[in-house]
Amino acid sequence: MASTVVQRPRQGWRARLRRDRVLLAMTIPGLVALVGFHYLPLLGNVIAFEDYQPFLGIINSQWVGFEKFAILFNGDPAFVNAVKNTLILTLVQVIFVFPAPIVLALMINSLLSDRMRRIVQNVLYLPHFLSWVVVVAIFQQLLGGSGLLNTFLRSHGAATLDIVGNPDLFISLLTSQVVWKDSGWATILFLAALSQVDQSLYEASAIDGASRAQQLVNVTLPALRGVIILLLILRLGDSLNVGFEQIILQQKAVGSEASEVIDTYVFNYGILGSDWGTSAAVGLVKGVIATVLVVGANKLAHVFGEDGVYRA
Amino acid sequence: MTVTEPARVEAAVVSEPPAQRDRRRRNPTLSRPGVPESVLKVVVLGFAVLAVVVPFLGILSTSLSSKEHLDAKGGFVLWPDAVSLDAYRTVLSGGVVSKALLVSVGVTLIGTVLSLLVTAMLAYGLSRPGSFGSRPALLIVLFSLLFSPGLLPVYLTVRGFGLIDTYAALILPGLVGGFNVIVLRSFFVSIPAELLESARIDGAGEWQIFTRIVTPLSKAVLAVIGLFYGVGYWNAFFNALIYLNDQGRWPLPLVLRTYVINNTQISAGDLAASGAGALPAQPALQMAMLLIAVVPILIVYPFLQRHFTKGVITGAVKG
Repeated sequence: MASTVVQRPRQGWRARLRRDRVLLAMTIPGLVALVGFHYLPLLGNVIAFEDYQPFLGIINSQWVGFEKFAILFNGDPAFVNAVKNTLILTLVQVIFVFPAPIVLALMINSLLSDRMRRIVQNVLYLPHFLSWVVVVAIFQQLLGGSGLLNTFLRSHGAATLDIVGNPDLFISLLTSQVVWKDSGWATILFLAALSQVDQSLYEASAIDGASRAQQLVNVTLPALRGVIILLLILRLGDSLNVGFEQIILQQKAVGSEASEVIDTYVFNYGILGSDWGTSAAVGLVKGVIATVLVVGANKLAHVFGEDGVYRA
Repeated sequence: MTVTEPARVEAAVVSEPPAQRDRRRRNPTLSRPGVPESVLKVVVLGFAVLAVVVPFLGILSTSLSSKEHLDAKGGFVLWPDAVSLDAYRTVLSGGVVSKALLVSVGVTLIGTVLSLLVTAMLAYGLSRPGSFGSRPALLIVLFSLLFSPGLLPVYLTVRGFGLIDTYAALILPGLVGGFNVIVLRSFFVSIPAELLESARIDGAGEWQIFTRIVTPLSKAVLAVIGLFYGVGYWNAFFNALIYLNDQGRWPLPLVLRTYVINNTQISAGDLAASGAGALPAQPALQMAMLLIAVVPILIVYPFLQRHFTKGVITGAVKG
């Protein structure tokens, strides 16, 4: 980034400390919060290697090494089920949730009327700001057993559709909720990228006889490439986080067979079930995998000549 | 692996799109869309817009409707038969919902102000190149983005600090978002150093420069980041669920879960209602609660939406 900073003369650390003491003091509350609620808990992960007893505390609980991990990798059925559901949900969401905002953004971008664009954008951004509680409640009101859709079907003598609370449809339900809530908001980045496309490229391609479809493939999509890759990397790092609040809210209705994911497993077994060590082990494995995924994906992006999230 | 600079993140923020108005002047050589394309566009975008508008209309209509109308229609209606504010009056007359609303408003206001203040101070402290300790401090912020400590350790930490069943547990764990710090810092860095230098020559201290020059220049970005923090606190569900065992302290989202999602009937006792008289229909009460949870967002939304694209493109990645 180009900043026109006048380099201050080099001073000894005491002088610099004296000079910058106000600046330094300003950073302290924020750093304390980060250390206290981010780095300190990182250390707390050691309970994954202990037979953690709350009344003994971290220091006095007995070390058990990798015993807690062994329980996981020996194929505890509940854990295997949670991993399976997580992976399925991730896959489904990458396939169905990820492209939605791209399609929406392309359509919004091709709207010729300024006013229409603004209305559509502002309406579609809105659901992003609703809590999951509100979103789940809205879906219940529309699609639930006594919701609008089924009331309508009943009053017309048709068979009702069991959508909310049906384990077989749970993944579809979750996916459509995510699309409804966030695909509008996600267009913001694609629209920003599209707005930076050099308009003369379209002109040049039109003179060369490119059709609208050819312009899409040869001008518009390449312009989105960087953003798409950036978002895919971030999605990958996030891939084991699949809608924790969203699922917790609806888990009771469909049972854990269909709805348990890694995060809810940690919550249900750790905090509700007080199986601290095992849950921490699961959380730790998950965190490590997520970090490896981001770093790996970022490397991959560099291989393909993209910037990725950061430069190492 | 060493993180040298938050290069990409900053670049994404700084490269603001040009003003919308300029770029909309279409090039005349561009072909207009054909009929099938236009139809597809109208159908898809029309459906998307209706999918957002219709539920809101339904919530509003149901909350305003009479009991008879709702009974006849089976509960949820898209158009009210009357405009009755009884449901709102009942829900807000005292009891669990009013209490939860109060908690949510308080936590949101206090939390947002604290978060903004601490985030902006941290970002400013890191934004002056060559200042003492800013390098390691920046690394502390950056690394916090790479690793998430996990649900249980955070819970144990919050419990270790004795915050269980306190409102502070809803605020402190999420007080500073590393991402927001980076966004704000990159904005502060882009403020011309000459401006700050001249203030310094005029005798202003760092604190004065921060409050009188830097923050007024950053209003748009601060507004959007404030919105993100505010929405976070307002919608906070999970923190309250795990940290507050005492249901009397629950904020609005948890009360909504009980009475709307789990469909627990809300009774006069829960509301400490205005004494005699039948309650409005359950669906009307439920939808009134739901709308109350949405209204604050609808109120601040129009003031902030024009800053969305300009201010925090990066925020969208995270959010």
